[in-house]
Amino acid sequence: MSFPWAKEYTPTTPVMKFLDEKLPLPRLVYNAIGAGYPVPRNLSYFWNFGVLAGFFLVLQIITGVVLAMHYAANAQVAFATTEHIMRNVNWGWLMRYAHANGASFFFIVVYLHIFRGLFYSSYKAPREMIWLLGVVIFLLMMATAFMGYVLPWGQMSFWGAKVITGLFGAIPLVGEPIQIWLLGGFAPDNAALNRFFSLHFLLPFVIAGVVILHIWALHIPGSSNPTGVEVKQESDTLPFHPYYTAKDGFGLGIALLFFFAMVFFLPNALGHPDNYIEANPLSTPAHIVPEWYFWPFYAILRAFTVDFLFIPAKLLGVIAMFGSILIWFFLPWLDKSPVRSGHYRPLFRKFFWFGLIPAMIVLFICGGAPAEEPYVMLSQIATAYYFLHFLVILPIVGQVEKPEPLPYSITEAVLGEDKQAVLGENVKPAV
Amino acid sequence: MTKLLSVRLVAILIGLGFALIALYSFVIGAYAAATEEPAGHLPYEKPRDFEFSFEGPFGKWDIQQLQRGFKVYDEVCAACHSLKYVAFRNLEQIGYDEGQVKAFAASKQVPGIDPNTGEATTRPGLPTDYFPSPYPNNVAAAAANNNAIPPDLSLMTKARGDGVNYVASLLAGYQEPSAELLAEHPEAAPGPGLYHNPYFPNLNLAMAPPISIDGQVTYDDGTEATIEQMSIDVAAFLAWTAEPTMIERKQTGWPVLIFVLFATVLAYLSKKQIWAAAKRKKD
Amino acid sequence: MAETAATATPETAGETDDGIRRRDFLDIAAVSAAGIGGLAVLYPLVSQMAPSADVLAASTTEVDVSAVEPGQAIKAVFRKQPLFIRRLTAEEIAAANARPVSTLRDPETLADRTKEGREDMLVTMGVCTHLGCVPLGAAEGEVKGEFGGYFCPCHGSHYDTAGRIIKGPAPTNLEVPEYEFTSDTVIRVG
Repeated sequence: MSFPWAKEYTPTTPVMKFLDEKLPLPRLVYNAIGAGYPVPRNLSYFWNFGVLAGFFLVLQIITGVVLAMHYAANAQVAFATTEHIMRNVNWGWLMRYAHANGASFFFIVVYLHIFRGLFYSSYKAPREMIWLLGVVIFLLMMATAFMGYVLPWGQMSFWGAKVITGLFGAIPLVGEPIQIWLLGGFAPDNAALNRFFSLHFLLPFVIAGVVILHIWALHIPGSSNPTGVEVKQESDTLPFHPYYTAKDGFGLGIALLFFFAMVFFLPNALGHPDNYIEANPLSTPAHIVPEWYFWPFYAILRAFTVDFLFIPAKLLGVIAMFGSILIWFFLPWLDKSPVRSGHYRPLFRKFFWFGLIPAMIVLFICGGAPAEEPYVMLSQIATAYYFLHFLVILPIVGQVEKPEPLPYSITEAVLGEDKQAVLGENVKPAV
Repeated sequence: MTKLLSVRLVAILIGLGFALIALYSFVIGAYAAATEEPAGHLPYEKPRDFEFSFEGPFGKWDIQQLQRGFKVYDEVCAACHSLKYVAFRNLEQIGYDEGQVKAFAASKQVPGIDPNTGEATTRPGLPTDYFPSPYPNNVAAAAANNNAIPPDLSLMTKARGDGVNYVASLLAGYQEPSAELLAEHPEAAPGPGLYHNPYFPNLNLAMAPPISIDGQVTYDDGTEATIEQMSIDVAAFLAWTAEPTMIERKQTGWPVLIFVLFATVLAYLSKKQIWAAAKRKKD
Repeated sequence: MAETAATATPETAGETDDGIRRRDFLDIAAVSAAGIGGLAVLYPLVSQMAPSADVLAASTTEVDVSAVEPGQAIKAVFRKQPLFIRRLTAEEIAAANARPVSTLRDPETLADRTKEGREDMLVTMGVCTHLGCVPLGAAEGEVKGEFGGYFCPCHGSHYDTAGRIIKGPAPTNLEVPEYEFTSDTVIRVG
């Protein structure tokens, strides 16, 4: 693990020496996020979002545990206890708004993190396992967020639960029994609310566990970088601490500015007004929408409006929605271009900026819009492109594209053309 | 290598499959859109902007306005609408003293139990009691209101888009449908028991105009109680019931943001210092 | 910190003392700001566990005592805890007054523990001062202990007719909460 020039942890005080012998936790931290972890020196601010995602996970767990001290998962009182938190509990409004907006910010930084991974092909060998674990984290996040949104027991909570569990009803033959089993009844009620609360409390800790695996897997090959050229020598890297701790600290400050601006001044901007109406099984909201972070996938779900051969449209939509994320698992083996970074891939870059990004934006807008024209038609074209991009375009572009010349090393990319003059005797070969 | 190639071949086929089925849906949908008349929406109006004192990052409650709005709620809305998340004691936050709150609470009957027989009865309210509902249950509420249950108002301004302006616009906005509207959308004519209101998404709602004449409520502070004034005041009061902590929230936000900004500037300078050593090589 | 940076990039070794000091100052300031921010976050996290507004608001209770006959007691609820209201008989008052205060573990007279003019009304919390059990003796037919007042079955504390601890592990007398007579028949506790 790591590079031969990685600095070794040397405990200085007797206490730290004792600790290092019995339980080398400081050594672990030193090698994971301290000076003992050499990181490419050219990481851009796009490499901040992993740390930020970790921060928001911790924030969600802390505020979530606090909210659970006051919330009661019972359909009779769930909505009232949520209002109790907002009105009576000391700082309860802050805890709830921080938790609700924290979920949004968690998704924002994770989406930027995924965007970074897609543009710089961070999923490619030798980092396939990091990517696979990342997709697992994302799926767990989606499940957690969905169940969390049900807990306040507002109108959107209730109808969201009904619609999403209804997706499983699309499965042929066993669909309806599965849906009833998931809900523990014929419609969302106490049974569903209680199990969602239980799982919503459990899953974040599972996510935290997979995050540890994700970071562990990261430390085997080390971080990728904007050139996509692997680390060759010591001058290509800088120790994580203090360089990247300082950079991440600054990045965290910027993220918190946005976060607190939302929490204190626009706390409901990302939510839906209907969720301030208590769940009513007899009245459906005019326009059921999930939280914004699900909109692209919701658009894919709704893009399939017509039965195809013997497959009902509803089932097609469900398959496509789950498939749209599951195909990410195969990405490392679909895109076989030897070049990682989009900066050196002219054809890939065109498809990325003029294909994938507009398609995602269209899907995002359509997912939040009512199911009417022109949104349905737009989402159908964007859905088609989405699948073509990952399953057809990426494999073919990888074969036919002629990449631009890569720099010899990260050092050259950062410091200039003449590597001998710059590096001097500082060059140590990597293993 | 051949194995990997076959993975990609399968992927390409699956990708083409998904894309073709999505486009198939598109073609059918496009054909339908081209041949069928689109279902039009009834044209309803966006809420007017009343510029309430508590809006914006520096907003503050207008206590006089909240008290006026409370009076409108108590004398008009409370006949049909509950306010179940608000307790009498909360009224102290809008400038009433303990005695006034106690007296007001005692003037309302809340559900209780007869201590001698155990039968359900009512008793005078205490400050810790919540505003009582005008109906014992939803069935009674529906029966008394032509099957339209009057919603609880505690959270109304948060439960509608641009809620405060919407409530004020709606209350002040009852009018007869215009001739042009009826010519274009004959279905917009109010049915029996419905009332036209351009701010309501369906244009017709079951609530009769609750605030119908100037001076319906007599204000204690001498403000002229026009229909519009009463609508605005009660909307402001409902903004307070929906989020009593709103001003506290905004006032907490400023020191937090200023502190985080300060810490971020420090973090930036520190980061620049640390990175200066690594960047220096460029020279 | 300065040392790490210097070893990572050896050409910074020639930095002046002044430069290093300034860097240290900035780093310390940035880390301190983060620390202060972290501590500030603790305040709402701790404070949210304190009683909420509705709990605090419900901390007064009014009890109608008109139906309590001498020798009887009723249980009410004050702050989610039992409250004993006992109307003493003339013999019980005499027994309480006959006990020399100097012999008590927690010296208080009956008059100290009741309102002037209403020495027959003994209002105490129904919470044993030892470990918080509910003593017996308030309800009809319950054991009143060796001294005719209250008896806590958990660890055998005996209270006399004025609710004072006489025997057993409890350290102090049964607590008399703040209360007042709002009329002849109604007391407000809290």
